[in-house]
Amino acid sequence: MTADTLLILTIFLPLAGAAVVLPVKTTSSASIKAAGLLASLATFATTLLLWSNFDATAPGFQMESSIPWVSSLSVSFHVGIDGMSLLLMLLTAFMTPLALLGSWNSIEKRLKEYVIMMLLLETGILGVFASLDLFLFYVFWEAMLIPMYFIIGIWGGKNRTYAAVKFFLYTMAGSLLMLIAIIWLAYQGPQQTGGGFTTDLQVLYSVGPRLPAGLQLWMFLAFTLSFAIKVPLFPLHTWLPDAHVEAPTAGSVMLAAVLLKMGTYGFLRFSVPLFPAATLTCIPWLAGLAVVGIVYGALVSMVQTDIKKLVAYSSVSHLGFVVLGIFAMTEESVQGGIIQMVNHGLSTGALFLLVGMLYDRRHTREISEFGGIAKVMPVIAVFFMIVSLSSMGLPGLNGFVGEFLILIGAFSSPYLGPWFTIIAATGVILAAIYLLVVYQKVFLGKNANTANSSLPDLSKREVAVLVPIVVFIVWIGVFPGSFLHLTDGSTRALVRAFHRDAAGAAMKVGADPVPAPPSPRTR
Amino acid sequence: MTDEAGTMMTIIPMLIVGLPLAGFLLNGLAGKKFASENISGIIGCGTVGASFILSAVVFIELLGRAPGERAVTVRLFEWISAGSLSVRAAYQVDQLSVLMLLIVTGVGFLIHVYSVGYMHGDPAFWRFFAYLNLFIFMMLNLVLADNFLLMFLGWEGVGLCSYLLIGFWHDRKFDTGGYGAGKALTSDAAKKAFIVNRIGDMGFLIAMFMIFAATGTLRFSTIFTQAPAHFAANDPLIIGITLLLFLGATGKSAQIPLYVWLPDAMAGPTPVSALIHAATMVTAGVYMVARCSVLFVLAPATMEVVAVIGIATAFFAATMGLVQNDIKKILAYSTVSQLGYMFTGLGVGAFSAGLFHVMTHAFFKALLFLGAGAVIHSLHDEQDVRKMGGLRKFMPSTYRTQLIAALAIAGVPPLAGFFSKDEILWKTFSDGSVAIWAIGWITAGLTAFYMFRMMTMVFEGEPRFGHDTHPHEAPATMLVPLVVLAGASVVGGFLGVPHALGGGNLIETWLDPVFERSMRILPETSHGSLPMEYLLMAMSVGIGLAGIFLARRIYGSDPGIAERAARRFPGITGVLRGKYYVDEIYDAVIVEPLKAASRIVLWKGMDVGIIDAAVNGVAKTVNWLSSRAGRIQSGNVSHYGTAVLVGIGLILGILLFR
Repeated sequence: MTADTLLILTIFLPLAGAAVVLPVKTTSSASIKAAGLLASLATFATTLLLWSNFDATAPGFQMESSIPWVSSLSVSFHVGIDGMSLLLMLLTAFMTPLALLGSWNSIEKRLKEYVIMMLLLETGILGVFASLDLFLFYVFWEAMLIPMYFIIGIWGGKNRTYAAVKFFLYTMAGSLLMLIAIIWLAYQGPQQTGGGFTTDLQVLYSVGPRLPAGLQLWMFLAFTLSFAIKVPLFPLHTWLPDAHVEAPTAGSVMLAAVLLKMGTYGFLRFSVPLFPAATLTCIPWLAGLAVVGIVYGALVSMVQTDIKKLVAYSSVSHLGFVVLGIFAMTEESVQGGIIQMVNHGLSTGALFLLVGMLYDRRHTREISEFGGIAKVMPVIAVFFMIVSLSSMGLPGLNGFVGEFLILIGAFSSPYLGPWFTIIAATGVILAAIYLLVVYQKVFLGKNANTANSSLPDLSKREVAVLVPIVVFIVWIGVFPGSFLHLTDGSTRALVRAFHRDAAGAAMKVGADPVPAPPSPRTR
Repeated sequence: MTDEAGTMMTIIPMLIVGLPLAGFLLNGLAGKKFASENISGIIGCGTVGASFILSAVVFIELLGRAPGERAVTVRLFEWISAGSLSVRAAYQVDQLSVLMLLIVTGVGFLIHVYSVGYMHGDPAFWRFFAYLNLFIFMMLNLVLADNFLLMFLGWEGVGLCSYLLIGFWHDRKFDTGGYGAGKALTSDAAKKAFIVNRIGDMGFLIAMFMIFAATGTLRFSTIFTQAPAHFAANDPLIIGITLLLFLGATGKSAQIPLYVWLPDAMAGPTPVSALIHAATMVTAGVYMVARCSVLFVLAPATMEVVAVIGIATAFFAATMGLVQNDIKKILAYSTVSQLGYMFTGLGVGAFSAGLFHVMTHAFFKALLFLGAGAVIHSLHDEQDVRKMGGLRKFMPSTYRTQLIAALAIAGVPPLAGFFSKDEILWKTFSDGSVAIWAIGWITAGLTAFYMFRMMTMVFEGEPRFGHDTHPHEAPATMLVPLVVLAGASVVGGFLGVPHALGGGNLIETWLDPVFERSMRILPETSHGSLPMEYLLMAMSVGIGLAGIFLARRIYGSDPGIAERAARRFPGITGVLRGKYYVDEIYDAVIVEPLKAASRIVLWKGMDVGIIDAAVNGVAKTVNWLSSRAGRIQSGNVSHYGTAVLVGIGLILGILLFR
């Protein structure tokens, strides 16, 4: 099999799995679970093959294939990956089986539909990360929304309908604007280059930057609004706490670990390279919102009484770091931003799994209901500690690598002043506060609540879900090179192209020329 | 700087660091299943003991080399590399790091051995040793790192171990002597230590960003060689960098304004207080400033700040130590105070003297803590000195070791503390900072006083504990480390006998090459005259002896006298016992307002009140409009989906066929 068919196979393997599950009798839950898990594990195996076939030294997209699709609009099924896509596909395929396995016994109704929805979700997400055609991207982007809506709306908590509709409307509002911008952009193609109506990303890469700055700005805003809702960037984040709190564990895991990354992925894949002049104009605003989000998310997280809400707000803070890294537009910060997407997926995904394990036992998420349970559940206490440390960026674990690269890159960014970084760095203190406070309230001290006095510790299945995540938490922390170097080439190309285009844009409008990109330093 | 890949000098340092890591993994992963706690103890002590022996081998090897060839770099692997940033995991073995290696593994080994006795019977014995080994591993990374980032790994790593060990008995009550009275748990103290340290760590982080932006690297050797070229003296940038680094140091080494965590850290088991909160981790800030001496001497303004903060901390902590009744709290304030001396030394450019005091303090303060542990142990966890007394009879060996330590810290010659403290005071005076010297001199008297107040209340007079308590000498595993440390407290000072007393000041000579570059930058100061040096020396001994005499007189003759004095001067005693109310002020000015603002303004106000209200308002408006428009809102998602598709089709259609 060639590498490009491998990529297409990877995208649709979960869908095939869903098709296999479809005819299975609703009552034979064991076979439904087994089929779902097998399909997602097989998908993970194929993403590992993608990794082994990936050439980190080559710039540009790899394993490309393009199949004519809607010929009248010259839309084609065009997929291909670079290092960032690969990392996010690996993360998706890694987290899906863990999310399924983690919620093995928590789904009590409509198990078959649940497994099908999870697999459909996976195909949608993988498609988003591999699409090189805007129309195709949009289809996957919207397709992914539907299973997520049902996962929250059917298997969620008490307020699930409110949360699901809020999630759906928020995202739809953004997506529709993006769709208009896509069509508009596809129409601009011919006028700029003389070709036909096209939604092919690689063609549009040469169209977008040539658009007049005013037009770029409108399209940039349409795309970026849609992505910013997904991230979510402050102040567009209020759908997130509700969605997380109401979603079942696996839904929260997928939402936090992968779905949010579609927004930050969109910034890097579309907003920045398509509209560099507009990006340049908006950098201070977006980076500013990111920094506000870092501090705001952490402070609001600190005063939550619902443990799931606490983790949800912490995501606002963590994703703020990613956005800051992206719009600081230095090689260090962008690489940091990309690896931080993975890190957040691992640590916050694991936190939601852990919270789900507590919920399965106590059917409450109120922090005050717990206390001192390290005595009865020492194993979960250890896992929770490791994941918290990863989340608060302890050196030697994964979170530090991302946060450090983002901050050190942002500090020397030619587009941002040092205050962005200095304020963002307070997020590091605040993360320690909210995580240690919740850890103490849940696990340490006296076990005073009798409801907690005989909780069973983690089962072998639950340990098996958490151990792989911890392995990656340590691996990325100690040897981040194995992952960072996948995005070396594409990041360098992106950042250099942006410096060039941005400098050009600044000249054109007669503004002060942007400071030259930092010269290569002595090592 | 030589780079000897594959030779003994690169393999041994890896083993020195790797062995405690292996010990941590063994005890941490399998310790629970070990048949006996002895296995955990042997692994824990064995790995650190082996590290100590190997450190000694490295030291002897370096001793045999010419002074210029005593620095070796050990490369491990590329750690974090992106864009123009490239940081490797690499160790730097030189005179300074070897000195720290010997202290950390030597004192560390003794405290590991002591812990075998102290922690005997604890159900989480294995976990305790796992944490201790992890601490040693992190501390070794801190002192061996050849770049800022790896140092930061150790820096935060020791903070984590400190957190884990302070809260080791996380459900035990803990007397803070102030806030949360009666309700605080040891886990509160642990959390406070971590968070306060993180504030300092943020300073360290931002300093790294500034250094990287200015020099393009985080590697010590490159930065320090190029620093004089990069930064003009008193360049605002270098002042900012060094002040931020020093902020980091005030966190880790418990100086004003971030010292507040250390007294609370006494909630941890006593061996932890001895190892982490007295002998090693808290000196990390001193080590870091000394390591970056080139940067600091380029910023004379920062040097002044370091000296002033140092002496202010030394003095204020000593005054708080005067009135503490918890034996460990007395020692904790004493540690804060002694660390202040070390920074004073650094601030006046006496880097070797500061490190000399790091070493001697490690000996006698570890000894004092371990002795306190033996006392606490034999009195069944009693820590209040008012309920002790007369223990000299019951624990004669412990008493003798404690007397040596107390005399050493009080600065009585020829014990270790005399030489190192006097060196700092003399350098301060000859630097021209007479006011700082004077405060340091008074603090020396306070030190002797609070130390012998403690000695008298614990060991002299009549027993004040219950009749059913029968104190006894500690077991051998605990006693032997006491004796060894007592020996070190006696002879350790001779490594730094000043020239004025006919010594060779071996430690200064050893460290000279490390600070050579800084010394060249530092302005030449008058060296003071020999008679002056003798006079000051006599004065320090004099005030120390006076403090001892006074304390024994007051507390030995009449233990009640202090209480009566306290009643006569309720104002000052209240302020001192209340620790100047610094905790309360921080709480009222920073912690509570931040919590309230986050809850009321940000969450309830901004999130729920404004943003969500707006979103729901839009939704309601749309809902109202659509209910007018008809029954399109069927609640059936597939209808919505159809509507979306139709809409897409319409838009496409309009665009394509207009």
